Amino acid sequence: MSNGTGLFIDLVIIAILVFGIRLFRTPGGARHGNLAAALALALAVAVTLMRHGLVQTEVVLIAALVGAFAGWLVAMRVTMIQIPAMVAFQHGAGGVAAFLVALVELMRISADAAAIGRISGIIGLLIGAGTFSGSMIASGKLAKKLRQTPVVLPRHNTILLGTLALAVVLGVAAFSATDPAIRLGLLIVLIFVSIFLGVFFSIRIGGADMPVLISFLNATAGLAAAFCGVIIQNKLLIACGATVAASGSILTHVMCKAMNRSLLKVFVGLKPASKVKVETAPASAMHFSGAPGGDAAGSKEIDPREGNPVDRAVSALRGAERVIVIPGYGMALAQAQFKVLELMNLLEGAGKTVKFAIHPVAGRMPGHMNVLLAEADIPYDKLFEMDEINGEFSETDVALVVGACDVVNPAAIDVEGTPISGMPILMAHEARQVIVCNLDEKPGYSGVDNPLYESENAILLFGDAGKSLEAVIEALKA
Amino acid sequence: MYELFTMLSFFAATFVIGYFLISRVPSLLHTPLMSMTNAISAVTIIGALLVFAVRTGLIEGFLGAIAVMTAMFNVVGGFVITHRMLKLFKKTGSRE
Repeated sequence: MSNGTGLFIDLVIIAILVFGIRLFRTPGGARHGNLAAALALALAVAVTLMRHGLVQTEVVLIAALVGAFAGWLVAMRVTMIQIPAMVAFQHGAGGVAAFLVALVELMRISADAAAIGRISGIIGLLIGAGTFSGSMIASGKLAKKLRQTPVVLPRHNTILLGTLALAVVLGVAAFSATDPAIRLGLLIVLIFVSIFLGVFFSIRIGGADMPVLISFLNATAGLAAAFCGVIIQNKLLIACGATVAASGSILTHVMCKAMNRSLLKVFVGLKPASKVKVETAPASAMHFSGAPGGDAAGSKEIDPREGNPVDRAVSALRGAERVIVIPGYGMALAQAQFKVLELMNLLEGAGKTVKFAIHPVAGRMPGHMNVLLAEADIPYDKLFEMDEINGEFSETDVALVVGACDVVNPAAIDVEGTPISGMPILMAHEARQVIVCNLDEKPGYSGVDNPLYESENAILLFGDAGKSLEAVIEALKA
Repeated sequence: MYELFTMLSFFAATFVIGYFLISRVPSLLHTPLMSMTNAISAVTIIGALLVFAVRTGLIEGFLGAIAVMTAMFNVVGGFVITHRMLKLFKKTGSRE
């Protein structure tokens, strides 16, 4: 195959890939886009095999089949709430592949080979190994196998920077080492140091910051692939890696913006002060024990205001014309999305309009909430992005908050100096009435009290969101 | 030097094209997008296959086989789960 034809084929494959991404505008198009991207990758593999051939076919075949089967099996079994953990795990698998490829190539390459190749290999090794361990930690946290709260070691930033510096020194040493055995030894130490780096990096990041971490790891997995591409001089690897890196960067940026935090603040743990009082809340006489995931014995807690909150919620919904539902991760935890569907059908059956307002950081990864609602059979044309729907709250009769807190906290607008000040929120407080189905009255992840709970037109249904909605549905039917 | 230049321009060009296209993906599809790009990042499968383009030693072969396995896990798992996820999205009135 001549050089020109080879380049042409590479470009065609990249064009198919780009076309696939271009189709990600609507869910229907995205289905084709996904298939197009899969085709591009299959072609890339086929072309590679044709160009280079394989020596130990049986080893490759067995490894490929085992990996493919495991991937397929896991992908078919995973539930939508497990998606973030699964995606994080996959980032990790990609990281392993990247650093192993870099390692083998670095073992083969001679010390006088092009510097750029060796440098890229070492960087790919570092990023790949770091992505692997960072993703494993993220996946463990998301799957609740590890504690979700940030783990902060004494002098965490010093440790982090020290590990990074050590990795750089090892990288430079491996680059200049001429003896293959010493070089290999240094590279192996570098892998371990990078693994520690990933661990230190990830353990500090807590539950609600996960969307940033997972997006960032998406970008680094792509970057690792691109660096691998440089060492083996493969344009397809570079192109695919760059595309993924671009995607991960965008998502990271979107997530940070939606949380009103800079990337640096998320990663170096400049976590806002733990608790900020926003208003003088009425005496905290009512205290709800909010063991997460606990049983919902206390689903109908006493509301400080007059009347049974379920009855008030029901009469508010009966009188409503327009309802906007605001789901948060609490809905996913309570698996209340199916109850939300039931309520939606009930309200629509009574001639009311129901829409959903999705905050960009609701859930544990970008767009997670949309997938959960789609799984519950809620049509996607009822799901609206924050900017699309925020103008409609003032003409809405009932805003129904299900397991969300910070994303509807008006303190973000009204109060200066809180961690969420300036964060874009959903304007639930502008609706005529707000029904809140949250586990308890505690502040959300940011630690900022939510003045919405004190508002006159708020109806508070504390407890398991599924049980609260169930009660409302039963009463509405009656 | 020529090689370095082509590789850099490949990286830059695809990064920029990807950036423009992806910034127009609605947030509705961000999860499937990440899951698909995650599968794409397993393009390192090419690198893993190239390990076996020449006769390998025991250690190289072992590392290469693991790389092939994890990359395949990533690529197949990523595309399958993206497909499953996208099938869940339905419009009003289009029940399957």
